[in-house]
Amino acid sequence: MSPILEVKNLYKNYGSTEVLKDINVSIEKGDFLVLVGPSGCGKSTLLNCIAGLEPITGGDMFIDGQNMTNVSPKDRDIAMVFQSYALYPTMTVAKNITFGMKVRGIDQATQDAKLKYVSTQLQIEPLLHRKPGQLSGGQRQRVAMGRALVRDPKLFLFDEPLSNLDAKLRVEMRTEIKALHQRLGASMVYVTHDQIEAMTLATKIVVMKGGIIQQIGTPAEIYNRPANLFVADFMGSPAMNLIPAKTKVNGKGMQIEIARKDADPIVLTDKRNTDLPENVIIGVRPEDIVDAALARTDDTQQADCLIDIVEPAGADTFAVMQLGGKHVTARLHAETTAAAGTAQRLAFDLGKVSYFEPETGLRLN
Amino acid sequence: MTDMSYAPTRTQSPTTKLVLRFILYILLGVFALFYLMPLFVMITTSLKSLDEIRTGDLVSLPREVTFDAWRTAWSGACTGIQCEGMRPYFLNSLLIAIPAVLISTIIGALNGYVVAQWKFKGANIFFALLLFGCFIPFQVVLLPMAIVLGKLGISGTIPGLIFVHVIYGLGFTTLFFRNYYVSIPSELTKAAKVDGAGFFRIFWSIFLPLSLPIIVVSVIWQFTQIWNDFLFGVSFSQAGTQPVTVALNNIVNSTTGVKEYNVDMAAAIIAALPTLLVYVVAGKYFIRGLTAGSVKG
Repeated sequence: MSPILEVKNLYKNYGSTEVLKDINVSIEKGDFLVLVGPSGCGKSTLLNCIAGLEPITGGDMFIDGQNMTNVSPKDRDIAMVFQSYALYPTMTVAKNITFGMKVRGIDQATQDAKLKYVSTQLQIEPLLHRKPGQLSGGQRQRVAMGRALVRDPKLFLFDEPLSNLDAKLRVEMRTEIKALHQRLGASMVYVTHDQIEAMTLATKIVVMKGGIIQQIGTPAEIYNRPANLFVADFMGSPAMNLIPAKTKVNGKGMQIEIARKDADPIVLTDKRNTDLPENVIIGVRPEDIVDAALARTDDTQQADCLIDIVEPAGADTFAVMQLGGKHVTARLHAETTAAAGTAQRLAFDLGKVSYFEPETGLRLN
Repeated sequence: MTDMSYAPTRTQSPTTKLVLRFILYILLGVFALFYLMPLFVMITTSLKSLDEIRTGDLVSLPREVTFDAWRTAWSGACTGIQCEGMRPYFLNSLLIAIPAVLISTIIGALNGYVVAQWKFKGANIFFALLLFGCFIPFQVVLLPMAIVLGKLGISGTIPGLIFVHVIYGLGFTTLFFRNYYVSIPSELTKAAKVDGAGFFRIFWSIFLPLSLPIIVVSVIWQFTQIWNDFLFGVSFSQAGTQPVTVALNNIVNSTTGVKEYNVDMAAAIIAALPTLLVYVVAGKYFIRGLTAGSVKG
């Protein structure tokens, strides 16, 4: 079976500016693809290209095996949810949802049945006779989703649909979208700048920067094995600690030395990664630096570290210190004894460690 | 809208406040009277008999109200050799203004929709040139326009005048609609495209229903311009197709012997009545429409 969406060598220029460079992505039916990256990375442009709302400069695009490169949006069998929801302001909610069917000349009975089904699914029946102006942000969001769902397309496209909602509602809607995806088994492409949204929703993530794909992978791959420094820094909150270090081969493995101000360097030994250059940047997630007393595995190495700042966050407490000239965050237990200005014994877990080449930023292990 | 920046810095005694208020209202009253004076003189004069005008005071109320002057102005006053009053020319003006307003508003709406929402290569230059057209003085286009009308075979006819007014109005109507539609998020067009709607469908179902305030602006503006136009009316018409402004001029200037001020005044009011009426009926939309684009979020 052919992939539901396949983008091949796509280029997009605005005048002489290259906005997208050699994009290659494909997803299978039922996949939830998230395009994530900082603003201006080209993720929304890519989505518009997939929708056919922006012409592409080079490359090909296939939806369910058919070449859609030069096909107009209405014939691509897609539905799209926009950041501003883009509800038709003069039409009622019901008319907004059925507009697409009306344009396509679908008979009234089918329209009514589909409207009923979708409004039940999204619990918007009481709103059907209101105008968009009389709805709250969350309600508008639901109507926009309804307008897309009612079409039952091959591919759903979402352009930062949650970024106009307040924090609480955003988390609720996120869960709802995920539930919807599981229930419908639909194929979706979703654009966001929020890496948590990307991690929670996706079955496949594309991390972009400057119009270039940095990495494609499952959320776990992206999180545990970032392809370069950009991805390592971008995905995860608090961000991965990226610390300059020197390496040396000794009998047991690779010896990694992290310089410290006013103290001896921390020396860690990595038994698995033994083929590293002398200068590396070592990437350690905050959750891999924990209280020594509470370490989960035996496979850790301990060191006393001077804590600069303690940030309680409820479930965890984050401790910030200086290592290798960088701020380094450790994820400590909520009831930790760590206090600012005092030393704390911490355990470093190198099980999921990443190494990067300092010059190119590429992953080494 | 309330001015949020206003903050009283001094406290005044109630008496001072009252006196200041009093002076303010007196001043406002004086200004209002000043502006209303010409209209007052026109109305009173039109209701007087010629004898009374000759003997009486300019600003006094009529001793005896008579509508003779209005009757003469409407159906008897002479414009040159014909003595049919304003009536046929009033009809001409309606026949010119109504189609010209409608056509220029519809085309302006479509133009504005294209320039704001369907950007094509050179759209900005196209719009700039149209805008430039707004500011070409009427006199400059008289001769070329006369040639074009001649070539089209519609010189001196009412369709010819409609054509001239539509062409000349397009710059402004396009500007109005373009500025209004630019404030409508382009995602709306995109959503409709994905929904399967085409160019005209999107215009008809989504943009036009949003456009009432700006349609009113365009209609008022165009109607006032076209109704009050004199230069095109006098240049591109012939006996029988002259608009009301030209007729008014002829009535006032071609009388021989005694000058019938009362008739002149009545004719002038008749000529001005439709534009006044349009403002009274649709005026509140006019202000709303003019500011809508800038304030709307």
